[in-house]
Amino acid sequence: MLEFLKQPWPWYIAGPLIGLTVPALLILGNKSFGISSSLRHICAACLPANISFFKYDWKKEAWNLFFVFGILIGGAVAIRLLSNPNPVEVNPKLAAELAGYGITNYDNLIPLDIMNWPALITLKGFLLMVVGGFLVGFGTRYAGGCTSGHAIMGLSTLQWPSLVATICFMVGGFIMANLILPHILAL
Amino acid sequence: MVQHKNTDFETRSLDAVCVNESQLTHKWYHNIKYLVVGVLFGIVFVKSEVVSWFRIQEMFRLQSFHMYGIIGSAIVVGMISVWLIRKFNIKTIYGERIEFHPKTFNKGQIYGGLLFGLGWAITGACPGPLFAQIGTGATVIFVTLLSAIAGTWVYGLLRDRLPH
Repeated sequence: MLEFLKQPWPWYIAGPLIGLTVPALLILGNKSFGISSSLRHICAACLPANISFFKYDWKKEAWNLFFVFGILIGGAVAIRLLSNPNPVEVNPKLAAELAGYGITNYDNLIPLDIMNWPALITLKGFLLMVVGGFLVGFGTRYAGGCTSGHAIMGLSTLQWPSLVATICFMVGGFIMANLILPHILAL
Repeated sequence: MVQHKNTDFETRSLDAVCVNESQLTHKWYHNIKYLVVGVLFGIVFVKSEVVSWFRIQEMFRLQSFHMYGIIGSAIVVGMISVWLIRKFNIKTIYGERIEFHPKTFNKGQIYGGLLFGLGWAITGACPGPLFAQIGTGATVIFVTLLSAIAGTWVYGLLRDRLPH
């Protein structure tokens, strides 16, 4: 059983489990599935700076912070107890492309060749980790949600603004991965 | 007179009366159940490699069905669940009615959506996976998370001056 759990889980197991988070949170306490709001609550809790967007009772939303902290612990549990001993298997075409940029280490979920502490002070590392993170935080709040809040929760409740947001997420991703990222990786 | 247009489309869910839907107040330890859901969710994230930078690259290059299968089946299961909750008027474990609030359209969903998409493909992570990646020991991603928090903060600062 443990051996079975240690393999990477197929999409038809993982997808439905992720989908079940929607009713689980609703039934446990009327909570709408959404992760990027946690970033807003952290701002409200740590540095509201008299900005109206951060002046609300974040303590009422503390459940969301417990939830994301749980995700962090889940990551630690999965890697300690259920870790797949083999490197991530990727499409050979992607592997060939990435090898051209010197990315050959598949031992981790992130590409350790380009994402590591010393790389932070290089232009490439700064763009990948700092600018990328900034875009994630700025963009999700501007859009009013991320993959969980819009793509999963929003589409589950058949809201067309969430469909617009989800399409824009994908368009942005396609532009970056195919047109811009190759130039960043080549730095 | 300056008319302040409310551009905080989420406050409805944050500080309006119907906030947080649940009108009940609970002691802090009631939040432990969300921590447990988070842990399970984080395990699924890692084991399905949703939090892998490489899987996100495959997705945006149309080189693998994996991520589409995951997001697609998650939406289908979510839709069926919401439909069942509405159809059978399922209550929360505290006996409250489950409420859904409509999202209103604004241009932020387009501009912000595109910006998030760009960031998603660079970092290979949306906000949830950032937390899971840190948990797996990728400590440098803590910097990415801090930067994402900074991005959210700057959005809050500039919100009134951005097109919505």
